[in-house]
Order: sequence, then C-alpha cells, then structure tokens
Amino acid sequence: MKIEKAKAQTPQKPLAVFLDEITRSPMMVNILAIITGLFLGGVIAALTTENVYAALKSSLGESLKLALQAAWNTYKALFLGAFGDPQRIVSALQSGDLNAINRALSPFAESLVQATPYIFAGLAVALGFRVGLFNIGAEGQIFVGALAAVWAGVFIKGLPPIIHAPLALLIGGLGGAIWGLIPGWLKAKTGAHEVINTIMMNYIAFRLSEYLLTGVLRDPAKTTPISAPIERSAWIPRLFPDPNRFHAGFFIALFMALLVYILLFKTTWGFELRTVGANPSAARYAGMNIVRSMVITMALSGGLAGLAGANEVLGVNRNLGVAFSSGYGFDSIALALLGNSHPLGVVLASLLFGFLRNGAIQMQLTAGIPIDIISIIQAMILAFIAAPAIIRTIYRLKPPKEPEIRLQTSSAGGSS
Amino acid sequence: MAPILELRGITKQFPGVLANDHIDLTLNQGEVLALLGENGAGKTTLMNILYGLYKPDEGEIFVRGKKIDIHSPSDAIAQGIGMVHQHFMLVPVFTVTDNVMLGDEYVRGGGFLDRRRAAARIREISRQYNLQVDPDAYIKDLPVGLQQRVEIIKLLFREAEILILDEPTAVLTPQEVDELFGIMKSLVEHGKSIIFITHKLREVMDFSDRITVIRAGKVVGTTTPQEADQNKLAAMMVGRQIELQIEKKPAEPGEVVLQVRNLKVLDSRNLIAVNDVSFDVRAGEILGIAGVQGNGQTELVRAVTGLLHPISGEIRFLGKKVTHATPKEFFELGAAHIPEDRQKDGLVLTYPVKDNLVLNTYYHPPFARGVMLHQPSIYTNAEELVRKFDIRTPSVMTMLSSLSGGNQQKVIVAREFSRPIKLLVASQPTRGLDVGSIEYIHHRLVEKRDEGCAVLLVSTELDEIMELSDRIAVMYRGRIIVTVDAKEVTKEQIGLYMAGVVPA
Repeated sequence: MKIEKAKAQTPQKPLAVFLDEITRSPMMVNILAIITGLFLGGVIAALTTENVYAALKSSLGESLKLALQAAWNTYKALFLGAFGDPQRIVSALQSGDLNAINRALSPFAESLVQATPYIFAGLAVALGFRVGLFNIGAEGQIFVGALAAVWAGVFIKGLPPIIHAPLALLIGGLGGAIWGLIPGWLKAKTGAHEVINTIMMNYIAFRLSEYLLTGVLRDPAKTTPISAPIERSAWIPRLFPDPNRFHAGFFIALFMALLVYILLFKTTWGFELRTVGANPSAARYAGMNIVRSMVITMALSGGLAGLAGANEVLGVNRNLGVAFSSGYGFDSIALALLGNSHPLGVVLASLLFGFLRNGAIQMQLTAGIPIDIISIIQAMILAFIAAPAIIRTIYRLKPPKEPEIRLQTSSAGGSS
Repeated sequence: MAPILELRGITKQFPGVLANDHIDLTLNQGEVLALLGENGAGKTTLMNILYGLYKPDEGEIFVRGKKIDIHSPSDAIAQGIGMVHQHFMLVPVFTVTDNVMLGDEYVRGGGFLDRRRAAARIREISRQYNLQVDPDAYIKDLPVGLQQRVEIIKLLFREAEILILDEPTAVLTPQEVDELFGIMKSLVEHGKSIIFITHKLREVMDFSDRITVIRAGKVVGTTTPQEADQNKLAAMMVGRQIELQIEKKPAEPGEVVLQVRNLKVLDSRNLIAVNDVSFDVRAGEILGIAGVQGNGQTELVRAVTGLLHPISGEIRFLGKKVTHATPKEFFELGAAHIPEDRQKDGLVLTYPVKDNLVLNTYYHPPFARGVMLHQPSIYTNAEELVRKFDIRTPSVMTMLSSLSGGNQQKVIVAREFSRPIKLLVASQPTRGLDVGSIEYIHHRLVEKRDEGCAVLLVSTELDEIMELSDRIAVMYRGRIIVTVDAKEVTKEQIGLYMAGVVPA
C-alpha cells in the first residue's frame, strides 16, 4: 500500500526506479565489496613494499610513485597468473601451434581448475543457508568425500573408465553426504545445533583421514602417509595435454550448480526447503516437514562438499595426501555469502576466488609477492559483505527494503 | 495562554512515501489529545519526530510558545516530552527501580547506585498517581499492564510534562484498559498533558478531550467526542463511509464439523494451558471464543490446527479422529487457519505475494506438475486473488514485507478462502488492523458462515466477539467456563466471565 501511495504521489521515471532498485540490491554491496577489497589489497601491497619507505626520506612524490608501482605490479602479476599473458596468447594463436596455444592458455585453465572445488563446496554451504542451516562442516565433508573416492579409485579394479570414474565420484559424494547427514540427524532428533556438530565432525574427519592414510589407504611403497595412486580408469579425464590440468570436473560442477538451482527454485521440494529456511514457523503452519527438510538438506549439502573432495583427488591429485584440502571448506562459507546463497552467485564467486588463488600462486612464483596478500583481500571482501553497513556508508547506498539478514539459522528440531 | 505544545507544518519524506505532510497539531495543558489514524497514516512518524528519533524535513515545534529544536530523545526529555512506546523498553531481569533509573541513575558517594533514594522517589510517584507499582519487583514477574505503568513512571521520574502514549491499549486486557484510563485521568488532573495514539474508535470516544484525525500523512480534522460519533470518526480516518455494524442473517447451524472433547494441551513450558475443554462447531455458525489473552486460546487453536498435539482428549473433524493429525492433514480435510501471529506463522515476508498465496497448496495441481512448480498457474492464481480480494499491492511479485498489515492479512484470507473449506479457525483475525480492513475481514467471515462453513473465531476483542459470534464460549485459565447464545448475553456479562466470574 505504501508503495502504491508513493507511485501516486511522486511519479518516478523508469530509469530512476531501476537505479533505486540497483542501489538497494544486496548484489550491489557484494560487487562494491569486491572492488573495495581489491583496492585495499593494492594499498597493503604498497604499504608493505620497503623502498616506498626508503623513498619517503627523499621525496613524497617519489614515494607515492613507488607505491602506485608496487600496487600495479602486484595486480599485473596477479592478472597474468590468473589469465595468462595476453601477448603470449595472441602470438600463440597467430602461430597456430596447438602446443603453444595450450601452454599460453594454461594459466586461465588452471584458474578454472582452482575454481572447481570452490563451486562444489560453495554450493554445499549455500544450499544449507537457503534452508536456514549453517554447515561449517564442508571441510570435513570434503575430506570424507576424498577418502571415499580414493578408496573407490584404488581398491575397485578392472572397471571400464565410463563406469569407474562416475562410480568413484558418486561414492565420494555419498561419503560427504553421510558426514553431513550425521549432524543433520542429530539436530532433528535431539535439537543439537549443526554449527557445533559440523565443527566436531570436521575434527573427526581430519583425524580419520590421518588414520586411514597411515593405515589401510597408505601406499606401502612410500615413506610419507600418502595413498596409493588411483586407478587410471577412475580418473576424471583431463581435456588437454600437460601442463594444462583442466579436467571435466569443471563441467560437472557447473551441472551441479544448475541442478541445485532447479531443485531450489523450480521444484516443490525446493519451495518447501526455502520456506523452512525463510520462516520455519510458517513452514510448519503450511504443513511442511521441517525436520525432514533439514536432514535431507544436510545430507545433500554434505554430498556436494564430498563431491568437491572427490573431484580434487580424481581430477587433479590422483592420490590423497594428508591435509590436501587447504581450506576449501572454510573458504566456501565466504563463497556462499559472496554469491548470496544463489547457485549462479556461487559460481561467479568461485571463479573470482579461483582466479585470485591461481593468480596469487603465479604472482608469488614470478613477482615474489607473498601469496598471503590474497588471504587479506579475501578476508576484507568477506568482512565488507558480512557488515554491509560499511559498504553502504562508504558509497552512500540507500538502505535495502528488506532487512539485511545474511545469516539466519534455525534452532528447530529436537522435540518437534 | 500558549498551548503547551504546538507543531507547525511538520513534513517528513521517506524514500517514496510522504509520511507527514505539513501537519499542524496543538496540545493544551492538562488535556488528553487523541491522535487517530489508520496504520501507516503517519502517527508514529510524527511522534518519533517529536521525540527526536527522526529529523523533520520542514516544520517547527513550539513548547509553551517557545520554538525548540529536538535532535535526540534526551533533548525531548529535557523539554519535558516523554514517550511510552508500543513495545516496552524494559530489561526483564532488572527490578522496577533499576529500569526506571537506567540512563538517569541516582548515585551516592563513591559512585555507587543509590537505589534506596530512587525507590523512595518511585514510591512517591506511584502513590501520587495511584499506580501501585512495587519498586523492588522484577519486570519479568509483572503483568503487561504493570509493565506499562513502569514505563509511565520512567517518564514521571524524568519530570515529563507531555506524555506520548503509542497504542497503549493494544496489549492490555479490558480491565487493564480501564485502569490505564484511570491513571491517565489522574495524570491530567495533576496538570500533565497527554497525546494518546490509537486507531480504536471506542477508546477515543470514551477518553479524550480533543481528537485530531490524520490520514495519509495529513491532518483531516480536529474534533471533540461531543461533536463526533464513531461513524463520523471512521469516515474521517478512512476517507469513506464505513459500516461498523455488520448485517447478518440468523445462523442456520448444520452438522457438527469440529468436535472437541476433554482436550488437555500443554504450553511451551509444559504447564497445562488447555484444561478439559469440550465444544462443537457446526456448519454455518460462528463460535466465538472470548477471553483475556493468555488463558489458553493460543494453545487451543494450535491443537485444533495440528500445530500442537494434545496430551489427552479427542478432536474430530466431520467425524474423523484428528487428535494427532498434522497441519497438512487438517488442510487436506478442508480446514483453514488464520493464525494469531500472521507474520510469524501465516506468511513468509521475504517471499513475493504470489508464493504466499500458494504457501500450503504449492504441491497440488495446477501449481505443481509432478515435482516441478508451474509458475504460470501460480502467477495467474495470484493475479486473480489480488483482484478478487482487493489486495493492494504494486504487483504479485512484490515482497510481502512491503505490504501494509491489512493487506498482509488479506493475503492470508485470500489464500485460505480460495480453497474449498469446511472449517475456518480464525485467531485474532483483525489484531492491529485499520478500520477498513477490519470491516472487510468481518464481512468475509460472515460470508463464509453463510456459505455453510463452520467458523471458530478466537479473539480478545470483546466487540469483535459480540459482533460476529452466534454462540460465545468464554475461556478462563485454560477452561471454557461458560458457553452462551450471543443474542442472550450482554457485553458486560461476557466481560465478567472473562474476568473469571462464573455464572451461578
């Protein structure tokens, strides 16, 4: 009614309405958070460059110039690392040498390889958020997914690749699903909060992986705790010759994003799940089964995270070492937030993180800039997204029409 | 003599909404001024400006003829202006004294709180205005009516001369309302001046010296209870004639639709909330459950809609036993439920109108084809219901949170009434709604009854119960203490029953 009144009193131009919507939308905050994070990353790169201070003694202008140069060099190295050298790509394309093209494009492909586990794990956390569940256990579910996939890849022998690889992937997903199902089930039956239990399940998963890697999964030929190599038939195929590691897992991840999108927004199940997340009381009133929704979601979420682990071992590593995940599961919480818990948003956020991560590795190798700058940028982006008021104040955005609740978890379960 | 408070040309623009449009208002010393208007008319915005919570775009405020600027609540308090909000600002685990002192602490040597002196002051205020508040009581142990008095004491403690009461009766029982009016009387007798915000016509007529009506951010007129009557005020508020009295045919009760026998239900603290309750609701009649808030009505409604399972007793729906049925089974059998807390239970505020209109039918054709939602049908359904039920929304894609309370309730009514239903459980169906929406909902309820639907109406509004019910059952402390024919009972009698006076 209020809105109607507003329209009657102040006829607004469509463009003004559009701009108004844009500046209020949460996506705007996310985009500005990324830009601001990248900007401050450059500032930090400049501030941590020693010759900037050295130059300060002689001239301020010289110092500023060096600071700008430091920031520029950082981002140039980051860009080259993430996307490849444009000159090299152009000349490779001109030469028509397939091998040269492959090598020139391989940094870009490597970024996609880095983004792939992020997509799976980001979807896992985003799905949980949509249903009001905070799955902090993605990291543990990734480990269990990887363990299950490695088991299937090492010990199942003699299957044709067309069966073995999908089977190993599926078993990996199932492993993660079981790891997610346990806290989901505990929440449903006892009301135990999934945040606590998924954290605990993480520790169990880490120690379980160490136990198995020093035990049954260990490659007897090696001195370090590392699994035997996965059977060639279980590999997720790489699509280009070495050193390009791009593999089919990227497309599987995109396909999962599509599936999650359809599940959430196109099916009656998704309607039920989203309603449970948006307002559990109303879901109960409307005859929906909250407990069942939560258990299923935790299993699906765990399954997606499990696929992230399975994808890594079957597509990239081809074996499993201790501490192989290096925090994909925890980064995925950031990804879900950055992507507004929407599958498309998660894919875009994952690509960003993939580019940043791969670019940073190359940046460290080629320009000698520490990779940690990326962690700082990621942390700042996340902080801005978690506290949208900062971004709204800096850029003088209008307040959103909806209350900004990025994280809303439910305490349903237990006796109900 | 200059009026104690005068507002001139107060204008406040929110993005897209002109909340206050050149409002002029005068408050004289020692009077009760009722500020009457529908929800969203701009009453609360105006008072928040006066209290320093919002800054007006234009306009001036005068206290005792002197122009003042108010930038914060502390400025307002310094000018002797105090406000009791609709939702109390009290710390439940603190005592009355601590709550009253909060922000204006009495301190003795060494920086210690001087509770004794503050308590003495509170006792003094309490005695002077006959408030009967114990300074040492904990807020959490006090009934709502007394908590409100603590809020009033907070203002008097700070020596407020102008008291703004925002919808003070919304949370009170009829007895507490009478007591509040007694207190307001004693306040004005002591020279205080009161602005009393409300949308309830009867209260305005009973208890104000002058009435200023605002609609859509503008003052539409100022009158007195002597000059106006309820119909005139309603018309001023809404901008058109309103039928306050509802025309209804005699009921033609048919078969028993809902049968409840010896029902016992526990509340969330595992205390018995519904104790040995039995009643029938027949097709084509409205059974009204009257009672003061918190006498087991909430739990009773939850039990007969499947949201809460009784510990003993039996519920039958058209003869079928549904004592432990789920909400879904109730819906499938043809029951509809207008929940007490519409925003919590009945709606998903972050969903668009169209999704809220299929909240409990989304899995049925035509809205679903197999497991896939069929958006065109959901869309068409919404367009149709928005038109048919006159839901004021820019589009069916609008988020529910941006609709007014009345239109939110219309969404629930549209959704529940658009299914073929045999039983309607309506709990507080008009709480917090404006006059126009109340009239609308009342007509729809009677219409459903006339179609042969059994209606169980639960309301703490005595007027509403009297107006709509064919039979009235009064709940007191978890029991139904009396069931009477609505035609054979007066409002005063029901009021006594609600207070637990059992008929001989």
